[in-house]
Amino acid sequence: GQIYWAKDIIFLVNEHDLLGMEAWLEGYHDVNLTGIRSEGTLGRAGAIQAAIALELSSDVVTSLDVAVEGLDGRLPNLDLLNLFQAFCQKNGLLCTIQGKLPRPDGDSLAAYGHRLQTLLLMVLAQASGRPRGDHGLFLRYRIEALTLRGVNSFRQYKYDMTAVGKTLEGMFRKLNNLLERLHQSYFFYLLPSLSRFVSIGHYMPAVGFLLLVLILKISFWGGTPPLTPCSPQDPQPGLLALVPPVLICHAAGLALYFLPVLGQRVATQHFPVSEAEAVVLTAVAIYVAGMALPHNTHRVVAGGGTDRGWMALKLLALLYLALQLGCLALLNFSLGFLLAATMVPAAAAVTPTGPR
Amino acid sequence: MAAPLVLVLLAAVTVRAALYRSSLAAFISERVEVASPLNAWKRVVEGLALLDLGVSPYSGAVFHETPLMIYLFHFLIEYAELVFMITDVLTAIALYLAIQDFNKVVFKKQKLLIELDKYAPDVAELIRTPMEMHYIPLKVALFYLLNPYTVLSCVAKSTCAINNTVIAFFILATIKGSAFLSAVFLALATYQSLYPLTLFAPALLYLLQRQFIPIKPKSKSFWLYTVQYAALYLCSLVVIICLSFFLLNSWDFIPSVYGFILSVPDLTPNIGLFWYFFAEMFEHFSLFFVCVFQINVFFYTIPLAIKLKEHPVFFMFVQITIISIFKSYPTVGDIALYMAFLPVWSHLYRFLRNIFILSCVLVVCSFLFPVLWHLWIYAGSANSNFYYAITLTFNVGQILLISDYFYAFLRREYYLTHGLHLTRQDGTEAMLVLK
Repeated sequence: GQIYWAKDIIFLVNEHDLLGMEAWLEGYHDVNLTGIRSEGTLGRAGAIQAAIALELSSDVVTSLDVAVEGLDGRLPNLDLLNLFQAFCQKNGLLCTIQGKLPRPDGDSLAAYGHRLQTLLLMVLAQASGRPRGDHGLFLRYRIEALTLRGVNSFRQYKYDMTAVGKTLEGMFRKLNNLLERLHQSYFFYLLPSLSRFVSIGHYMPAVGFLLLVLILKISFWGGTPPLTPCSPQDPQPGLLALVPPVLICHAAGLALYFLPVLGQRVATQHFPVSEAEAVVLTAVAIYVAGMALPHNTHRVVAGGGTDRGWMALKLLALLYLALQLGCLALLNFSLGFLLAATMVPAAAAVTPTGPR
Repeated sequence: MAAPLVLVLLAAVTVRAALYRSSLAAFISERVEVASPLNAWKRVVEGLALLDLGVSPYSGAVFHETPLMIYLFHFLIEYAELVFMITDVLTAIALYLAIQDFNKVVFKKQKLLIELDKYAPDVAELIRTPMEMHYIPLKVALFYLLNPYTVLSCVAKSTCAINNTVIAFFILATIKGSAFLSAVFLALATYQSLYPLTLFAPALLYLLQRQFIPIKPKSKSFWLYTVQYAALYLCSLVVIICLSFFLLNSWDFIPSVYGFILSVPDLTPNIGLFWYFFAEMFEHFSLFFVCVFQINVFFYTIPLAIKLKEHPVFFMFVQITIISIFKSYPTVGDIALYMAFLPVWSHLYRFLRNIFILSCVLVVCSFLFPVLWHLWIYAGSANSNFYYAITLTFNVGQILLISDYFYAFLRREYYLTHGLHLTRQDGTEAMLVLK
């Protein structure tokens, strides 16, 4: 017969789910990102171009379900998803996303609601940063990957392995013919349904408008900067008085980041707690210690008694929040959006009340 | 004043020592914003290894430091971290002493002009008092030592810190009035990285002012002093270059160091403006554009010298800023040097128009640099255009900052001689406009 395979295909069977997959990837690429120790890989086939993770629980399927979200909210190139959908349609195979049957496209409220629900579930999954399948770990190594799950439900029409095999072979032949990495289509998208996508140019303004709220608030104050000592009882610039609260907040954040992991090792040696308990108890301890802080930091802000002091601190805090949400939205849009949607209204509207 | 300075020095050294011991040190020394091909520590180590093998360090187009630097580290390689902490401390002390002296000069000049009735009657709020100028040297040392840019540059062990020390000593020698030391340090700074050549003009203007020699082309003493200073400078430069020749017994270092700085062959991304342009350009245009870009650094010296001949230290500040924006391989260490001078002009705050927006732009761009680098190199979803957009915004922010300070300075000088409340011929209120 004719030889048309130009690239090697690696058939990988892994156990322990994500741990096994990460161990193989680290062994294959000879890096040490997570500290997993494993025996070396049996062989190499060069740089991997694309990967399909298959989860088949029986030899007849009624539909193939696809999962795209990867580690830290990364997504494969949209081309790979379109490839899967094109071949499913060609072989008459039913393909779904998020386990839901496809609704007919229409402008009715029910169809719109269904698409909105799919979109929001994808945003939630991407924001959590957990990979939805084994394919999620490949994305960190710049390998485009998808997970296909064979679903065997109570439907009338079932497909056997020849149909699935033809689909997979078609996809692999397409990838085999490629001369370059997948880069033509979008890397950042959201899926309201399997055949529709929203590109980054359409959804990024959402986060942009949320940050605009913060920026408008900042510029409204920045025009009359609360930092100029215009009142006679303000001799020194207010900038120096802003440093202690910022330092304390950063110290608390660093403590929350580093201490639970350090505490895990130390606490299990000296106290009769398990490691999970040690982490949780350390975090609780830091929060309890933090409850003592606002009272003290309130006294530390020198301008706390006047109108100017808290406005300067809030200006700085809003700037910092806008900057961090912007950077986060660039790296993982869904996480940035969810945090912005919850934090921006609270941060913009907060004012100190109560006894000074 | 010594006790707060010592406290600041201790705090700075502690921060640097803590960062050296952490795992961030390796990450920071890889960052392109902090280490350029001219001053990366990795390349110094490579050059020293080649020197130990008996091969010329310049064979291989990796090493671009001067021979004096190789020999400095040849003997001090064991104490590299200590060397960089000490250079930062020395720079801060040099700037502190220089600004202390400069404040005295400024105050004396102000007193003279008030007594000569050169100031308008209603400018009492613009006159500077010794009380407000008392903390400025400490603030300068603080701004240099605790600036995150300086800390990053020190932790990455980038030799930019040593360049900054030499320039700081040059400024100290100039302000103290010693023409010989000033010429020697300027020659060293030029020898290290070509661009401090443009600081010759402000140093000359300051020394002439200090000797009370009028700056007129017809005056003989003006030309005599200029020729003296230029001769000191050129002779020191020639001596240093010949010394480098005898250290390594070859002239290899001239194309490797100065040829590299001027012809910009390495197009690794950095925070400068050169790399993207030359990556996109066709070969037969590159010589023309290299000349255009390099002239940008030297071009502003003459107009600034004509406009700012009464204020040579401000001229020096503007020139240092222009060097760190337009040089071929800038790093954040260069930015840290001119930012250290900002407290000296804090009396201009009321005339600055865009300081809030510009500082926001600079801070946001500094945070976006690593994010977009990650998206480009590691995630593969952005490309060089995004990174260059941030580079452009950052440099435009810096240029607007220095123009703002320049305009504020000139405005204050105008108000001092013409009064704060300007009126037109018919008595209505007038506005000052820069043409």
